[in-house]
Amino acid sequence: MAQVKLDAVRKVYPNGYQAVVPTSFQIEDGEFVVLVGPSGCGKSTLLRMIAGLEDITEGTLSIGGHAVNDVDPADRDIAMVFQNYALYPHMTVRKNIGYGLKNRKVPAAEIEAKVQEAAKMLNLTEYLDRKPSQLSGGQRQRVAMGRAVVRDPKLFLFDEPLSNLDAKLRNQMRIEIKALQRRLGVTSVYVTHDQVEAMTMADRIIVLNEGKIEQIGTPSEIYHNPASTFVASFMGAPPMNLIRAQIEDGQVKINGGTELMAVPAGWDSGEITLGVRPEDAVLDHSGAVPFEISIVEELGAHRLLHGEMAGQPFTVHVSKEVDIQPGQTRLTLNPSTLSLFDAESGKTL
Amino acid sequence: MKRAGFTTRWLPILLLLPQLLIIFVFFYWPAGHALHSSFFLQDPFGFGSTFVGLDNYRDLAGNKEYMRIARFTLLFTLLVTFFSLAFALLLAVKADNVLRGAKTYRTLLMWVYAIAPPVAGFIGLIMFDQSWGPLTRFLQSIGWDFTLGVNFRDTATAMVIVSVWKQVPVNFIFFLSGLQSIPRSVREAAMIDNRSAAGRFWDVTFPLLAPTGFFLLITNITYSLFETFGTIDVLVKGEPGNNPMTLVYKVYVDGFRGNDLGGSSAQSVVLMVLVLALTIFQFRLVERRIHYT
Ligand SMILES: Nc1ncnc2c1ncn2[C@@H]1O[C@H](COP(=O)(O)OP(=O)(O)OP(=O)(O)O)[C@@H](O)[C@H]1O
Ligand SMILES: [Mg+2]
Repeated sequence: MAQVKLDAVRKVYPNGYQAVVPTSFQIEDGEFVVLVGPSGCGKSTLLRMIAGLEDITEGTLSIGGHAVNDVDPADRDIAMVFQNYALYPHMTVRKNIGYGLKNRKVPAAEIEAKVQEAAKMLNLTEYLDRKPSQLSGGQRQRVAMGRAVVRDPKLFLFDEPLSNLDAKLRNQMRIEIKALQRRLGVTSVYVTHDQVEAMTMADRIIVLNEGKIEQIGTPSEIYHNPASTFVASFMGAPPMNLIRAQIEDGQVKINGGTELMAVPAGWDSGEITLGVRPEDAVLDHSGAVPFEISIVEELGAHRLLHGEMAGQPFTVHVSKEVDIQPGQTRLTLNPSTLSLFDAESGKTL
Repeated sequence: MKRAGFTTRWLPILLLLPQLLIIFVFFYWPAGHALHSSFFLQDPFGFGSTFVGLDNYRDLAGNKEYMRIARFTLLFTLLVTFFSLAFALLLAVKADNVLRGAKTYRTLLMWVYAIAPPVAGFIGLIMFDQSWGPLTRFLQSIGWDFTLGVNFRDTATAMVIVSVWKQVPVNFIFFLSGLQSIPRSVREAAMIDNRSAAGRFWDVTFPLLAPTGFFLLITNITYSLFETFGTIDVLVKGEPGNNPMTLVYKVYVDGFRGNDLGGSSAQSVVLMVLVLALTIFQFRLVERRIHYT
């Protein structure tokens, strides 16, 4: 059982900078949780506190039901994969993978067997006697993975492990890591600023912004029901269209004209922000909303139409079958796909 | 990468000339001179010299005092090198833990390096002064009647202490920057893999410092052999007779006090060969040094 629980965990660096505001959440046994957010939002700080590499200023962190605030990193039964892999440059791959076991007084024969097993799993068998400097980036990445899996820890921690790989390898490793975690069933916390990694790998995503949690949810919840304009614009490529709109007479209107959907009775009239995923806007010559296309972006499998709706930038995602030229057209927006946010706070309504 | 080329053949030679000239005037010329005069017996009053072949070298090999000084030099070099490196490493590891990147402390510690060897010797003289030197008093208080310049062993101790003291800062700086160039994440990975700080030091930090260590080892041997001259000169000033001295100091004493230019030249040639050997060894190491990436 390795549940991870953060109870009002806060981080203030010695220079007085508060990197993580008091934060609480719980990660279930075997769950794959991705921490995502822009650069500097405190993802690494949070992960490093779980690893024990950074002191916890306030609050309680428990792993497997025990408070571990004051437990040494080596005694937390965790394994971490670093962005730059952090392999020991002077040790062979075999020693790199076995080092953690050796220090835990595992008999040499058993270490060798486990290293062999991990190497086989990660296709590293033929590189066991090489030094890290003689490996490619992808192979180093595997060694870092091997070092983590060989110890059979309670918890895997990943800090942007794929960001130094090229796009193709990244896609491949993404799938391999996820499959490995599924197979081993080890609780995992994975930090990334890449929203594609977050969407594809996570059981649950935690979106961080400026040291606080914006939203926790499954990839689908985060994508379809973003809790704020921040989440809406951070997750998804291209991001959700966010445009100014108004509530008047129980209706959402753009430019005080086109009525888009009814709102529940009792909602105040006023300015709001309307969110539309690019793929939820449908081209329709008899649609209610005028759309002026200025650029057609060709992406092979689909096309992106960039232009203006009601005087505001707007992007529409269409499949490759739709052949369209820049110019005036019309859109239909399905009310069930629209998100409404408070114009000031950005929170969902 | 684009290579800039010279259009004429003479410009590069012209640009190199000052440096070559300096090397020739201050190194090859005196070295050749020393080699030459090591085969002659010089008249002490400067009235000519006689060719004696390898006699000067044979004399050295058979000279008991020279062998004694050679043994002392070896011991001195071992002690100074070992303690300079060990203290510096210890200080650097301690400092590294507290002052990641704090440059002011580094500069402060570096200052000792800016002290010229004779000044270091002079400070040593004050510290070990017979009647009021703080170190002499301290040693007396623990029952060691320390007499600098009189007792062979006491003088040798002072020589070692002052030489080490003078060399620790520069080693410290090198070790500290060596430590700080070890990626933080590598040390953190080790923290997760190994609970013992001492174990992590010997398994990870120390091997990664090895290139710095090799380099410092050679520099420190060279320092102990040659650059301690000024320190020793001040500490044993006046009566080199019974006091400990190193081979370099012996060259000076025989050549300038004893006026035995031939014998002294032979000694310099021996030392030159030693330097040459050390340099070759160092270059070999640098070539073979494992470049961790
Ligand atoms: N040792 C430190 N002292 C002071 N402030 C720090 C320290 N380490 C990080 N910070 C600050 O804390 C904030 C969060 O840093 P953190 O490394 O957690 O960001 P991150 O979300 O991992 O960003 P990235 O995606 O760029 O890795 C940043 O604003 C950073 O400047
Ligand atoms: Mg980070």
